[in-house]
Parts: sequence; C-alpha cells; structure tokens
Amino acid sequence: MSELKSGSNLEKVLKAGHFAFTGECGPPKGANVEHLREKLSHLKGKVDAVNITDNQTAVVRMSSWAACAILIQEGLEPNFQMVCRDRNRLAIQSDILGAYALGVRNMLCLSGDHQTFGNHPQAKNVYDIDSMQLISLVKKMRDEQKFMNDEEIDVAPKLFIGAASNPFAEPFEFRVYRLAMKIDSGADFIQTQCIYNMQRFRGFMKRAVDMGLHERCYILAGITPMKSVGMAQYMAKAVPGMDVPESLIKRLRGAGKGKVAEEGIKFAVEQIQELKEMEGVAGVHLMAIEWEHRVPEIAERAGMLPRPKV
Amino acid sequence: MITATQKPIDEIKETISPYKRVLVLGCASCVAECAAGGEKETGILASTLRMAAKMEGKEVTIREKTLDRQCVKDFVVQMDDIIDEYDAVLSLGCGAGVQAVAEIFPELPIIPALNTEFLGETRDQGFWVESCVGCGDCMLYYFGGICPLARCSKQLLNGPCGGSKDGRCEVDPEVPCAWQLIIERLERFNAMDRLEKIFPPKDWSKKQGQGPRKIIREDQQR
Repeated sequence: MSELKSGSNLEKVLKAGHFAFTGECGPPKGANVEHLREKLSHLKGKVDAVNITDNQTAVVRMSSWAACAILIQEGLEPNFQMVCRDRNRLAIQSDILGAYALGVRNMLCLSGDHQTFGNHPQAKNVYDIDSMQLISLVKKMRDEQKFMNDEEIDVAPKLFIGAASNPFAEPFEFRVYRLAMKIDSGADFIQTQCIYNMQRFRGFMKRAVDMGLHERCYILAGITPMKSVGMAQYMAKAVPGMDVPESLIKRLRGAGKGKVAEEGIKFAVEQIQELKEMEGVAGVHLMAIEWEHRVPEIAERAGMLPRPKV
Repeated sequence: MITATQKPIDEIKETISPYKRVLVLGCASCVAECAAGGEKETGILASTLRMAAKMEGKEVTIREKTLDRQCVKDFVVQMDDIIDEYDAVLSLGCGAGVQAVAEIFPELPIIPALNTEFLGETRDQGFWVESCVGCGDCMLYYFGGICPLARCSKQLLNGPCGGSKDGRCEVDPEVPCAWQLIIERLERFNAMDRLEKIFPPKDWSKKQGQGPRKIIREDQQR
C-alpha cells in the first residue's frame, strides 16, 4: 500500500495509521433533500466517511449516487454503496463513472438484500455479476483503466474499494476464506456485519490475523447501537446472518424502562474501546440506523474525537 | 424435465369459451411425470370441462387425446387426420409443446392449459424442485454438482452471501443454502481447491442474446 489509490479522506486516514471511524446514512424514501441534509449535519466532522446505502433492504429510496452528491455538497465524504441486485454490468459501469465524476472516491461493493425482503417483492432481480466480481471490476477500471470488456476508459475512476464481510454467517469455517477472496479480488477495506457477539468476532479476527489478511487490507468492525429490547429481539430473530447473544438482550432488558437506549449506547462504546485494542482491526464502521443525531455523543464517549486531519 | 402446473379451471373455461369443438391434448412426456398434463390429467380435465358445459347448458364437443410428445413434429403430425374436427386445441403441453403444435397447425388456436414452471427433478412423490436454468455453459463440475444459478437465490458464482442460517437460505427457511451444499460436497470430495479461483462474470450471451436459442447439428439431419 505505497501510493494512494484514490486519495480519499478515508484512505488517507487509514494509510496514516489512524483508527478510522465511518458512519452511515440511508437516503430518504422520496426526494426530501432537507431531511437528508438534516441527518447528515449530525455526522459532519464526526466521522471520516459516510456510507450511503443503495436501496437497502430492497426498499426503494433516492439513488445512492445522488445522495452521495448531496453529501459532497455538504462537505462530507461519501462511501458509495452499490448492490448487484438492481443493475446489469452496463448500468454498474456507467453508475461507477457517474459517481466518480460527481466526486465519489470510496465505494462499497455488495450483493444486496434479496428483493423478497423489500417493498417490491415482485421485482426481477439482476445479479448479472456478484459482489466478488464487482470488486474485481472496480479494480480493473481503476488499475487497468479498462471496462469489463477490455475497452479503454477515457479517464478512469480511481476508487478506494470496499467490501463487506459477515463473520457470523454460515458456513462459519468458510467465512475467513471468503474474506481472503474479497481481498484477492481487490478490496482495499472491509466493513463487517454488525457485531454483537464479541467473543466470536475475536476468534474470527484471530484467524484473519493468522492468515495475514489485516496486512493486505483495512478491516473496519461494524457496530450498530441497540435502541430498544424490541430491536435486539428483531435483529436476533429476523435479520439474516446476525448473531445477537441472549446475554445482550438480558442486559438491555435489565436496564429498566427509559434506560435501554443508554444501555445500548454504553455497550456500543465498550465495543469500540475493545476494538481499538484488537489486533488487525483498523477502524469502526458505525451504523446508527435512523439515529444519526446520537453519533456525536457515541463518537465522543468512545474517544473517537476529534477526527484526524490528513 | 420441464415441470408445469395446471392453470385455474376458471381461466381455462374462459379461454376456451368461444369454441364449440375443443380437443384437449395431453403430452405423455415431462408434464406426465409431473402429473400436470399426462393422459390421466388430460382425461380428468376433459371430463371436468364436459361436465361444466353440461351444467351450464352449453352445446359443445370436447374430446381428448394424448401425444407421446407435443414438442416433436413427428408426433404432432399424427393428428393430421382428426384436426379438422376441432375449432381449437386446449394443450396440456409445456410452453414448447403449445408452440410446436401451433407451428404445425397455424390455422387453429392452440390454448395453453398449463403454466410451465422450470427445469427440475422429481425429488419425492408430489415434490418437484428446480435445478437447472439452461445457461448453455454448465459449471456443475466446479460446484460439486450443485448449481448456484438455479439454487442460490442471488445466483452467486462466488458465494455464499452473508445471510444463511442453519444451512438454510435467508429468503425461505424451507430452502437449503446452495452454497452450504456446494461447500459440503466439495469437502466430501476433497475438492475445495475448485473454489480457490474467482469465477469471472458469466457469459449470458449463451443463454440469451440473439433471440431464441437454436441447436443445429448436421450429423443428425436427413
């Protein structure tokens, strides 16, 4: 990792050896730009980059690249999420060029939640290519200045390439190899699924470190603070690939009425503090779902402020 | 085999309602195996339609016949002698059967009685499951005999996604995760190295691209 690949703030922060801190924001279910700007205002100066989700949970929202452009106007740095569910290889490549032209420098490559979970379950999914192939494609466009079909690109998009990893999904044994494959494909950084089972995450990271994966790519650990007991129970039961230990649900319940959210934040802060010390972890990705206004407080309490200027 | 299920009876009655003389035409191949359009189902459907017509006081002639294969011209032409007796054919063939019969008898409306479903296998009595998408470039060797295009909900060539639970697909807990099965089988054959390479994007022009696909083999032509 000698010279900069994209020159994004996130890349520079990581390259300088700082413990990175990224946030997340879902675009509005409509063209409500004011609401988006309001949510973003809480994140400004508190995170190194903000993930902008792409029709997350297969629910139609403002396009990710457009929300990224608004975020850039607001003086923040986006991490443009793209899923393979909604576009074929033509649309994928043209959206990458368009996003780059608008100033996007980080991109997270995802398969995407299946359409049956969303609000258009009758839709035909695309999956012309998968997330692994998307990573390879963005790398090819950047490093070889070529499209998938080997034609030359006139001004290639220089993107810092991200990928997701779920340490908790089955088959467990294969997960770390899949992470390695994403790095082989060209991932510069990884953002993991929300972590609640710290013990299992420690085991996963140990294997990743033993394989030297942390030296080939920056691994950011995913954190989502629990807002309520109901949310914890829902995530435990209904969200695919999520591991929420019973002990955490018990802890939240034990906090008592009106104090569950505070307990959820406390747990998240403890997690971040432990992750800062964990070998191989290069940063934290905080997904405070519809809780952007609590991010400054979490960042402060976890000792993540001020963010480095690089 | 090609699997199919019968359309709702009201839809069938509606589509044949303009015609007085209807041939209910079964097919003894795939759709017989999946109990949708074989001789038995053809007989039952024809009887049902005759009974319904009688109860509604309609003067119609409904007869039945089952071909060995509706999708093969040599079998379809066997109807040359009787076809003039009808103003419509209600076909219990798959979509290919319906169109093959229509190609040979262009003057006659050929109406589908089935919904063609998928390329699949009979897993158990009364249980059929999709296992092939007919992509034109079989990759089953690499995946231990489990096709991720047909059996993974996201058609991932480089899976698994992050959503499987207890070996089941996130989309439907009744569905086994194709990638779990692939990994288990490759481990059994000590062939996990087949997954070490990253599979490039699929060449879909072999499945779709230049209109309907054709196979032309001169060695088979006469």
